[in-house]
Amino acid sequence: MSIELGHFSLILAFAISLVSAFGGLLLWRRGERLALVLGQAAVLQFVLVGVAFLALVQAFVVSDFSLALAANHSHSLKPLIYKISGVWGNHEGSMLLWILILVLFGALVAAFGRRLPSDLASLVLGTQSLLVAAFAGFTLLTSNPFERLAVPPLEGADLNPILQDIGLAIHPPLLYAGYVGFSICFSFAVAALISGRIDQAWARWVRPWTMLSWVFLTLGIAMGSYWAYYELGWGGWWFWDPVENASFMPWLAGTALLHSALVMEKRNALKIWTIFLAIITFSLSLLGTFLVRSGILTSVHTFASDPTRGLVILSILAILIGGAFLLFAMRAPMLRQGGLFAPISREGALILNNLFLATAVGAVLVGTLYPLVLDALTGTTISVGAPFFDFTFGALMAPLLLVLPFGPLLAWKRADLVAAGQRLMGMAALAVFLTVLISALGGVSISLAPLGLLLGFWVSLGSVAELIERAKLGRIPLGESLRRLAGLPRSIWSTAIGHLGLGLTVLGIVSVSAWETEIVTTLNPGETTELAGYSIAFDSFEQIPGPNYLADTGIFTVTAPGGGMARLDAERRIYVASGTPTTEAAIQTYGLSQLYLQLGEPLDDTHVIRVWHKPYILLIWIGCLVMSGAGILSLTDRRLRLGAPQRARKAAPEAAS
Amino acid sequence: MTMQTNVRRKGMTRKQKRLTIIAGLAVVLAIATSLVLVALRDQIVFFYSPSDVVAREVAAGQPIRLGGLVKEASWTRQGQQNTFTITDGGMEVVAHYNGILPDLFREGQGVVAEGSMNGDGEFTATNVLAKHDENYIPKEVVDALKAQGEWRPEAGGQ
Repeated sequence: MSIELGHFSLILAFAISLVSAFGGLLLWRRGERLALVLGQAAVLQFVLVGVAFLALVQAFVVSDFSLALAANHSHSLKPLIYKISGVWGNHEGSMLLWILILVLFGALVAAFGRRLPSDLASLVLGTQSLLVAAFAGFTLLTSNPFERLAVPPLEGADLNPILQDIGLAIHPPLLYAGYVGFSICFSFAVAALISGRIDQAWARWVRPWTMLSWVFLTLGIAMGSYWAYYELGWGGWWFWDPVENASFMPWLAGTALLHSALVMEKRNALKIWTIFLAIITFSLSLLGTFLVRSGILTSVHTFASDPTRGLVILSILAILIGGAFLLFAMRAPMLRQGGLFAPISREGALILNNLFLATAVGAVLVGTLYPLVLDALTGTTISVGAPFFDFTFGALMAPLLLVLPFGPLLAWKRADLVAAGQRLMGMAALAVFLTVLISALGGVSISLAPLGLLLGFWVSLGSVAELIERAKLGRIPLGESLRRLAGLPRSIWSTAIGHLGLGLTVLGIVSVSAWETEIVTTLNPGETTELAGYSIAFDSFEQIPGPNYLADTGIFTVTAPGGGMARLDAERRIYVASGTPTTEAAIQTYGLSQLYLQLGEPLDDTHVIRVWHKPYILLIWIGCLVMSGAGILSLTDRRLRLGAPQRARKAAPEAAS
Repeated sequence: MTMQTNVRRKGMTRKQKRLTIIAGLAVVLAIATSLVLVALRDQIVFFYSPSDVVAREVAAGQPIRLGGLVKEASWTRQGQQNTFTITDGGMEVVAHYNGILPDLFREGQGVVAEGSMNGDGEFTATNVLAKHDENYIPKEVVDALKAQGEWRPEAGGQ
């Protein structure tokens, strides 16, 4: 019964979104009343899709196998959390999650955007509803998650074991929130193009949404990377896999959008480019969905795909993106460019940032799509692997990282590069010193390692240079400095912390790439091996049953160079329902470094084990967390100024003028 | 920055400023494009089936991806040193891999190995890919098997 209720709710939401889309896009000049109705419709869409989603969750939780989806992807023995996350561990359910987040963002705009000018609000909600209608229609017609089975099986077919992990509960929702969040930027861009209202106020409304989506996407990608790292058992954290690139491209474009919207907001310049980026960013999100869902790519990752529906998604993609670009081509030439600036200025630096990021998107896009195009044109099958991306992406990021610390120190309009350089001298010297010291201690295993380290330290230290400078740290009493620091605007803090996070990630990447060590060896219980000063003793081998699997467990004792002992359990699991084996690597954290141990299949009582030592690998993800934290900090700042309805009242008439 | 350059910068016209920026953009884009082209020429990895490897006489040491089915009863192991035969029904190639094979590496199932041919006409794998799904055969392998007329959907595949 509840399943039919869910199905009906989704149909109703689809109908409402269709009406909202036409209402908003055709009648947007009708004023306040229409905007109000569209806002209510947006909230209603959210409630209805929410009901549909809950109906699905309920069916999974109670293991109602008359629901085809639950029968194919669930199992009554599964722990509760995996029953719930299993809802989006398949194509149909994940489409519903996608729609849920789409309508959630629509409802948020309706809730927080009450002070938007009514024409803009109508257009934004109308465009958003059009997206909902497209995807809800697609789901209902081609991927209905509410299909029933006439003869329900007694037991479900189980979820792919590799997805039975806490990662599935966190990673897709975060990633989708990021992907789909950019739909708001897209809707705002379309609204701006239709209404012709493209000004600083527009940029101020769009930036918080961009920031919010960017934070989710950053967390989603970082989480996905860590999940793949511990679950796939290869010890890698980034494979330049097409599916990873699909999420990375919107991230790069979104990062560029964050920075260009800043120029538009502060200086009323780069308008056309910012609108273009807003459209591109969401288009890349859609392209990512298409690439992932269509199954046309070979990926190391596990996700739900269905090749038969790829063409439908491609058509939706072509219509939405094509329509937006057509609109862009028609309207963009009418925009008047705003503030002037010299090449050496904050604007100039942000343009450079956008240039490198956009080019990087292009390089990743070429690398991702080239095999598809070549296959279609010539039938030659190739793969563009990590070397291509390391080379091109690295070459593009190095100059970006090199100039990054200068950016925040340059003034708007016209700046003094030499003065900024002088302020960074101390940090530059410190970065060189640290690089030389570490290279001397750690040895130079790959020739680019010192350069990478230097860039990492340079970005990390250079980012906090402005904080130290402004606080006059060391030149005035400490208490006074701290008071100054506390009084700094949040935007300065979030810039510094965000860039610091990037620097930390770079340091982690360089450290692992250059100083990672590994051994592959055969070991019997009772024997000991060594790696990077750690002694690894194979204590015993046991069979331990889990809730829905059997685990062959190797129990190891690791003694750290400092003398600390830890027990590591590396498992090979066989899942009962499907008979699928998985490897669960054992990971032990030492400070920021990790020891990663993988157990191979036993042969005549001996076991192959593979152990990696990954120095400072945690910095990669800590850096991402720091970046996201900076984004959240920046959002709290924005909120004070315009998110809250009372304050935004002031912004609205200003924008209308 | 000296006084003189300051003066000059102030003296830049709107047009000059725009030209400076556009010239900068063009240079970066040109460099990036050449980077991508060079990398595409040198860094891409071709996917070959065993028949391709034999027919094209793939040079030793050139990185390739080799895909096909693991031949029945061909997998032997000494410690971490694995030897198995990859076949596409037509030709077969002996592959060596030092390490832990993926969970779903099985005789009779699809496999993609990264590595290069050694001088003796055998394949040295640096990485063996098998997706974590017992029904999965990589698309490239399916195509290669179809080309050899060896494709039997009921034996696996999506």
